[in-house]
Amino acid sequence: MTNDEIRDFIQHAIDENGVMLFMKGTPDQPSCGFSARAAGALNALGVQYAALDILPDPRIREELSGVSGWPTIPQLFVNKELVGGSDIIMEMFESGELAQLLGVEQPEALPEDDPQPAPARQPIGLENRLD
Amino acid sequence: MPTPAELQERIRAALPGAEVNVDDLTGGGDHFRAEVVSDRFEGLSRIQQHKLVYDVFGPEIGGAIHALSIKTSTPGATP
Repeated sequence: MTNDEIRDFIQHAIDENGVMLFMKGTPDQPSCGFSARAAGALNALGVQYAALDILPDPRIREELSGVSGWPTIPQLFVNKELVGGSDIIMEMFESGELAQLLGVEQPEALPEDDPQPAPARQPIGLENRLD
Repeated sequence: MPTPAELQERIRAALPGAEVNVDDLTGGGDHFRAEVVSDRFEGLSRIQQHKLVYDVFGPEIGGAIHALSIKTSTPGATP
């Protein structure tokens, strides 16, 4: 897969998925605390989202940062717009802005150490296309 | 290895008049948290505010600076 194809795939994922999370690892098995928090916030809100693991190929992260202009992972896109990384996601989650943006109810009790199961939706992956 | 004081100084230099606090989260010199209060953030979205801080370090983010957690606000806003 060429860099251009990876970039196209990323752009396509952003365009096709209303709530798109680029992360390290998967919602079930995040590989980084920042990604875990971002996925955890979305899980707690009970929204359907697509997730893409950027770890299988370093070029995914390079191309993603090229598309978004944002240097770190995770990155959350809602309706094709970059919302932010984990700091912004958590700030907006705690203030209720994220629930508002996603059109869902803010949960009454914010889960701290009680990770919510991810809604049933397979993460999308580039792994099988990188040959 | 970058130190919190060095990061603090570079953010201050890029955003004159800003109140900047940088902590080394792990003591390992690669995971930092920056709290920045600046009137330059006035009228900007959170994304734009955080980008102003990230831009100070460019490609060092994800490199020498493995992680930089950011909290931004304007002088008038409640923290």
